Amino acid sequence: MLEAHLLTRYYDEFAALKDVSFSVKEGEILGLLGVNGAGKSTTLKILAGLLPPTSGTVVLDGHDLTASPFEVRARIGYLPEHPPLYEEMTVSDFLLHTGRLKGMSRADAHKRLPEVLAAADLVDRAHQRIGTLSHGYRKRVGIGQAIFHDPRLLILDEPISGLDPVQIVEIRQLIRRQAEGRAVLISSHILSEVQQTCDHLLVLRDGEVVARGTEAELTASMGRSAVHVTVRGDREALARWLNAHPQVVKWSWRDDATEGELSVLVTLSSDQRAELAAGLVAEGFALLELAASASALEQLFVGWAGGDA
Amino acid sequence: MTPILLVARRDLQGYLRGLSGYVIIAAMLFLLGLMFQAYALGGGARYSHEVLQDFFEFSGGFAMVASVLLTMRSFAEERATGTEILLQTSPIHPGQVVFGKYLAVMTITTLMWVLSLYMPALIFLHGKVSLAHIAVGYLGLICLGSAATAIGLLGSSLTSNQFIAGLVSGILLVTLLMGWKLSELADPTLSGVLSYMALWDKHFPNFMQGKLHLRDLVFYLSITGFGLLATTQVVEGRRWR
Repeated sequence: MLEAHLLTRYYDEFAALKDVSFSVKEGEILGLLGVNGAGKSTTLKILAGLLPPTSGTVVLDGHDLTASPFEVRARIGYLPEHPPLYEEMTVSDFLLHTGRLKGMSRADAHKRLPEVLAAADLVDRAHQRIGTLSHGYRKRVGIGQAIFHDPRLLILDEPISGLDPVQIVEIRQLIRRQAEGRAVLISSHILSEVQQTCDHLLVLRDGEVVARGTEAELTASMGRSAVHVTVRGDREALARWLNAHPQVVKWSWRDDATEGELSVLVTLSSDQRAELAAGLVAEGFALLELAASASALEQLFVGWAGGDA
Repeated sequence: MTPILLVARRDLQGYLRGLSGYVIIAAMLFLLGLMFQAYALGGGARYSHEVLQDFFEFSGGFAMVASVLLTMRSFAEERATGTEILLQTSPIHPGQVVFGKYLAVMTITTLMWVLSLYMPALIFLHGKVSLAHIAVGYLGLICLGSAATAIGLLGSSLTSNQFIAGLVSGILLVTLLMGWKLSELADPTLSGVLSYMALWDKHFPNFMQGKLHLRDLVFYLSITGFGLLATTQVVEGRRWR
């Protein structure tokens, strides 16, 4: 549905983006990951039509961005990192205004309003002035603005930044619901923010793609996987067993274990969770928990994306 | 047409809900009233058409000041708050945005002139002036305001700082106002251009005196057109940076 081909963007001599290609299908959420300055916002701005690429093409539903910008713009919803909001307008008036700017008729916009208010959890704030809304609600109005005209492609730049934990969960769910019938592109510099929301990840570093795939593929592509293991049994015996296991690259005690339980973080040379579980049980340990570690992916991400970040 | 009206309506709401429109109209009308009282009505017995001419002369100054104050925010504020992204990512031509913003400012200034009608009405009731003189004078104010608005929009499109936008527009306007004086100093070729460009001297006094000439209308329309086109170029060019 969206095809970005060999996007390159120079600012004077500086290459902010080098030959970046990717595609997003309908119903899919693609996460753009990278530290600040990796080229995420540049990519999103190009897709939103705010910045022309130095070279490369963007095609959305068969429409080329450079050749027919209006066709593409009418099909894109864009939320920049700081939501563009008119403070003195009410939520409803603002949403109606943005829908009409995108080319909707007055009747269509009024018909669409209740759906968007419901989708963005804004029903009880419909008549409040935007200037008086909290940060979380402003993000929602921003998302509401981006989805109002039912775009084919939804672009969200750092949609979760600056939100509190409760808001993060709510906005994540809100974003997940938006993938139906359209493609969604999200950027973030924090892995944990997007790994739970996105189907695919694209890791950028210095304007180039350094890794891509699903979370599992990315982990597997690094040839190892990290797991949390919690068992009941003898501490010494567990240490001996782990040290002797051929697939265990390294392991360490976790200090958050409950009384009477042993908890370790194990890095495996490949995804051998089943074998690890079977081995532990065969050895006589009571296996209480075994789970892939998110923080391990975070470490890998830092390795790819930021060097020593 | 619809995008232009959408932009115009949004800007009008901004002026009226954000109070800045009211404040500017009120301040202009207050000062205009004071000057009308002090200069036009004071100073002994005079012909009523001279009083009306004085009124239009002060008002001409206020027309330009009001346009600069109102246009200061037009683009600068959208740029500072990031809302220009809404316009840039919508299927709207920059020219439509510029014209919409122009219409919003012209609506506010026209409202201001409607509210000032009581002053010429007083002259009309107590003296001997023609309705045509009043009508032509107001047409002149609209024309001068239109040219100043177009130049103000150009100033506003150049920066994200409202104060600097106002300053730039002010400098542009004063430069155009000084055109007649500068033309006396310049060599003949340039002199002709400068004196034609003079925003006030060659053209506004005719309106003040109730004289309607096509060339004066064309002059203000061409300044307006030039300002709006230049603004469109700036807005369009900025997208691609």
